Order: sequence, then C-alpha cells, then structure tokens
Amino acid sequence: MDKMPKWADVVLIPLISLILAAALSALVILGIGEDPVAAVKMMVSGALGSTYGWGYTLYYATNFMFTGLAVAIAFHARLFNIGGEGQAMLGGLGVALMCLYVPWPHWSLALIGATTLAALFGAAWAMIPAWLQAKRGSHIVITTIMFNFIASAVLNYVLVNLMRPKGSMDPATARFPDAAHLPTLHDLLAPLGIGFSKAAPANVSLLVAVAACILVWLLIWRTRLGYEIRAYGHSETGALYAGISPVKITMITMLISGGLAGMMAINNVMGEAERLVLNATEGAGFIGIAVALMGRSHPFGVFLSAILFGFLYQGGAELALWTSIPRELIVVIQALVILFTGALDNMVRMPLEKLFLSLRRART
Amino acid sequence: MMDLMTLIPVLDSTIRLSTPLLLACLAGLFSERAGVFDIGLEGKMLMAAFFSAAIASVTGSVWLGLLAGIASSMVLAGLHGLASITFRGNQLISGVAINFLAAGITVLIAQHWFHQGGRTPSLIGAGRFSPIELPFAGALSGVPVLGPVYGDLLSGHSVLVYIAFLAVPATWWVLYRTRFGLRLRAVGENPAAVDTSGVSVVGMRYAAVAICGLLCGIAGAYLATALQAGFVKDMTAGRGFIALAALIFAKWRPWHAMSACLLFGFLQAVALRYQNIDIGGVVIPVQVMDALPYILTVVILAGFVGKAIPPRAGGEPYVKER
Repeated sequence: MDKMPKWADVVLIPLISLILAAALSALVILGIGEDPVAAVKMMVSGALGSTYGWGYTLYYATNFMFTGLAVAIAFHARLFNIGGEGQAMLGGLGVALMCLYVPWPHWSLALIGATTLAALFGAAWAMIPAWLQAKRGSHIVITTIMFNFIASAVLNYVLVNLMRPKGSMDPATARFPDAAHLPTLHDLLAPLGIGFSKAAPANVSLLVAVAACILVWLLIWRTRLGYEIRAYGHSETGALYAGISPVKITMITMLISGGLAGMMAINNVMGEAERLVLNATEGAGFIGIAVALMGRSHPFGVFLSAILFGFLYQGGAELALWTSIPRELIVVIQALVILFTGALDNMVRMPLEKLFLSLRRART
Repeated sequence: MMDLMTLIPVLDSTIRLSTPLLLACLAGLFSERAGVFDIGLEGKMLMAAFFSAAIASVTGSVWLGLLAGIASSMVLAGLHGLASITFRGNQLISGVAINFLAAGITVLIAQHWFHQGGRTPSLIGAGRFSPIELPFAGALSGVPVLGPVYGDLLSGHSVLVYIAFLAVPATWWVLYRTRFGLRLRAVGENPAAVDTSGVSVVGMRYAAVAICGLLCGIAGAYLATALQAGFVKDMTAGRGFIALAALIFAKWRPWHAMSACLLFGFLQAVALRYQNIDIGGVVIPVQVMDALPYILTVVILAGFVGKAIPPRAGGEPYVKER
C-alpha cells in the first residue's frame, strides 16, 4: 500500500517545497535590506500587469518548456540530462544555418525547417553522451557537463572564425532574412481583434512548445515506447527481464531529450534575436532542471512551472531595472527551488509520510 | 621551438593556474572516494572566493579572509551533506543547486555590501597573499638552468600554492596510510561492510564532505586573494568542472590528480598566452585549447585509454539495514 495518497505526492509536496523556497527567498530579500512584499508586488505588476510583461513572461516560459521537457523525459528513464545548455546551443547553430543559407518562401516553412535541424543538432549533441552511457557505462551527468563546455567552445569557434560577417567585430552571425521572421503574439492576435504588445518577444514558437508538451505526454503515457521508458526508469533489471533493451531506451530517450533542448533555439534565436550570438541560451538549459523537478516530470507540471519561471525571470528583470536588487536574485530562487524540490525532497516527504501513516492508523 | 626563457613564464603561470584546480580536485577526491559525488565544487569555490575577498577587504587581513572563505565553503559542504547523506537526496541535483546558490548569493551580497556591480573592492597590501621567496633563490640566480628554474619558476609563489602541492602527498598519506583513510575509501566502495564493523557511515561521509569544503575554501580564497586581487562575478569560470574532469582523468588517485591538474593548468596557461598556436603550419585555434580538458576527459570516460571506474558506492545514499 502507498504511504501517502496520490494527491499529497503530486500537489502537497511540491507546494510545501515551493513555500519553503519562497520563504527563504523572502529572507534573502530582507537580508539585503529590501522589502519582500514590495518586491513581489513589483514582480507581479512587471511580469503580469501588462501584455508587454506577459509577452516577456511567455517568451521565457517557451524556452523553459522545451528545456524542462528535455530534462523531464530523461528523468522518466532515470537519466539526468544536465547538458540541455549545450544541446540548445547546438540547436541554435542548426537554426542559424537553416535561416541564413536556405531561401525560405514563407515563415511557416522556415519554422518547420529550422525546428527540424535544431532538433537534429540538439539530438546529435546528446547522442555521444548517450552512447557512452549505454555502451561504455560512463556517467551521463559527467559527460553531458563536459559536452556543455565543448559546445560553447565549438560555438565560439564557429561564430568567431566561420559565420561572422566580414568587417564585423561582434562574434555573431548576420541578421536572418525577413522571410525567416516569426510572427509575434502581437501579429497572431491582431486578426482576432486582441491587442497585444508589439515590443514583447513572445512568438509563434510558444504554440510549438505547448504542442511539444502534449506530444511528450502522449509519448510517455499513451505509447509502447513511453511505457518502456518508464519501465526502464523504474527498474533496469525489471525492464531487462521484460525484454526491453537498456541500450535502445537510453539512446532513444536521450535523443528525444537532446532534440527537445535543441528546439528551444526556434524561440530564442529565430523568434527573438534573429541572429545567433554567443551565450544565446543564457542558462535556460539549466533552468530546465528546476522546471522539470518542480513539474514532477509531468508535461503539464512542466508547462505550469515553465510559466512560473518565466514570471520569475521577467519579474526579476523588472526588479533589477527599478530597484537595487540585482538579477541574480532569480538565480538564488532557482537554486532554492532545485534544492527543496530536488535534493531535499525527503526532508518534506519523510515527516509527511509519517503524518499520513499515523492518520491512517488512528482511523483503523 | 621554445627555449628556456620563453618556457619559464608559461610554466610559471601553469603552476599558478593549476593551484586552484589541484585544491578543488583533491577536495572532490575526498568526497567522491567516500561515495558522495560532488558537482558543486564550482559553487563552493565561488562562495569562498567572495567571502575571502570581502572579509580581507573589510578587515585588511588576508588570513581572516582565508578563514571566512573556508567557513563559507564548509557551510555549503554541510548543506550538500545534509541533502545527500542525512536526507538521502540526489547528490547531483544537490550539487547543481549549490552551484546556482553560490552564483546568485555572492553577487547579491557583494552588491549589498560594496555597491560595485557585484564585485569587491580591489585588495591591496595585507589584503592579498604576497609571493614567498624560497631560500637561496637570490644566491642561485647566476647558475644556468637551475637558477631560473628555481628562482623564477619554483620560488615566488604565494603560500597557498605550496600548500596545494604539499596537499598531494598529504592526501596520499591520509588515504593510504591511515585508518581514517582506509575507512573513508571503504565507505565509498562498500558502506555496508564498514557499518558492520561498527564505524558510522554517516560520520565518515560527513568528515569527507567537510574536508572537501575545507579544500574548496582554500581554492576559492586563492583565486580571489592570490591569483587575482578581489572578487568578480562568476570568477571561478568553470574551474570546478575542470577540477572534476581532472579527478576523472586521474581516476580518483592523488598523484595522478596532480599530473592532470598540471596538464590542464598548462593548457590554460598556453591558451592565455597565445591565441592561436602554429605547429608546423597547422594552426590550432584557442577554442581547441579551451575544450581540450573536457575532450580528454570524455575520451578517458569512454574507456578507450584506460577505463575510469568511479568508487563503487559513489552517488548512492546509504540506507542502514534495520
């Protein structure tokens, strides 16, 4: 019998972890001599108080949905893909190649082409660590960390030596042609008669991210492959006994994971910057870890926590703009969320399990 | 090819750049040999770098700075221990959290204390570790080869450099010649056996994590108060991960860790000094030098050049049988 009802596991524990993280964050804000209530008010009005704020919140959320899904699907196979950052960087390279060197007739075709190559590049970058894990038993966390650093060296080389336009000092590609310009939420909502900020970067790739959430949900809970991934994650020996190949599951899961991380580039590179710059990912690959942990690796949970982190990022930017609280506050909050929902999970879980057990005993 | 006079400055900066790697690498060695994976070396170094520079700048004493750095690093090590030993959480996730925590909180506090955009004021005078002249360095300066090697290369580093290199034989001795070291290694290979013999697995692991915090603290303090004069945001710049790579490269052994750190330090020194290297008409771009430690580690991990096998109980929380 389970120690706890399911709702406690799915809702109560993340909620308590989140409250603990929020309480500590408030203490941090107090510690640096600012008012946490005023800070939260400013974050809410800055991130959610206008369509401009929402446009940024949803833009960040789009990034985090992709990287969060990437981490989440790997978690289902009990693999920890910490390399979303590098995979997203390579995805950016794929997007840049597609946008710069293919004359697209329409943005929708460009989006399909760019998404495909971004996913392929991201998956390719996850393939070597996956293969090393599956075949040689080298720890995927270490190899994906190493591949993050190798990715940033590769990108640095490509941008400085190969793709930089002549005469430009900036290590970045040329601007993408207009045909590869993705419509923003303003462009999409205007025909429906809904006014939305013109300046905000949220764009059509938000819809791709939401579609990805639904597809990943279908994959994990409605397909044979998803069942095999979950079975492998539960017990490797059990999966082996059921005729599931660990090599196959490790490879496929990591390829999907890398592909999802790579696809983030259609949002930040194609949708926002419209050129590939150094450090285009801005740590979104790592935020995916926090998003997946808080979303309990469920695509709907990832969707919700991606929006929460989008809010934190936009709210944090507003705070940095109007107060003396640096943007790094968000990094602290992110760390606390990872700590409480991930590493210190048992700290919340153990007393709760005891509580529910004693409640049940009292009843019987 | 390079002669002695061009080689010595490169080797000199190799020693200086290897020092933080070596300290962090030995830190990781203690922790991982006891079965606690630590990818939070970077965060602990960064935390120590900030607190050592901040306290040194406020008090004017670099030694107080060093103590503050070590203390702050050990607090994070304690947090890692709490998450991964007491609450049996995922050690890797805890490491990730610690890295972010350090990256964020150092800038927040730096801005609150000093208002200089997340950095500390530049350290001057007694706020920094000054170079130590080894005995006879002056007298030997006239001797060819030995003079410059001893006087310019080995002499004239800060005390932390010598501590770091002395920590290598010390680590070897502790791990392989003491009862504590035997138990520490056993806890990382087969904790149940250690438990049966009446030694506390939890206690041993906390001890290892504390030593890890201590060494990371020295590494961070070295960065901010000896290698450079003050703290700047994200100043560890991935060194914790290079140290992790060196640890795997060395297959969790102290002397090999020193060789690996010297090699990776050399790569950093070369990349710092020469942008692109021309070897017989083939130009090696600087990015290759940057990526080489990681590429070499992946090759080692792949098992093509000798297999790197981590401590067997590494990453697994120990659950006592009831």
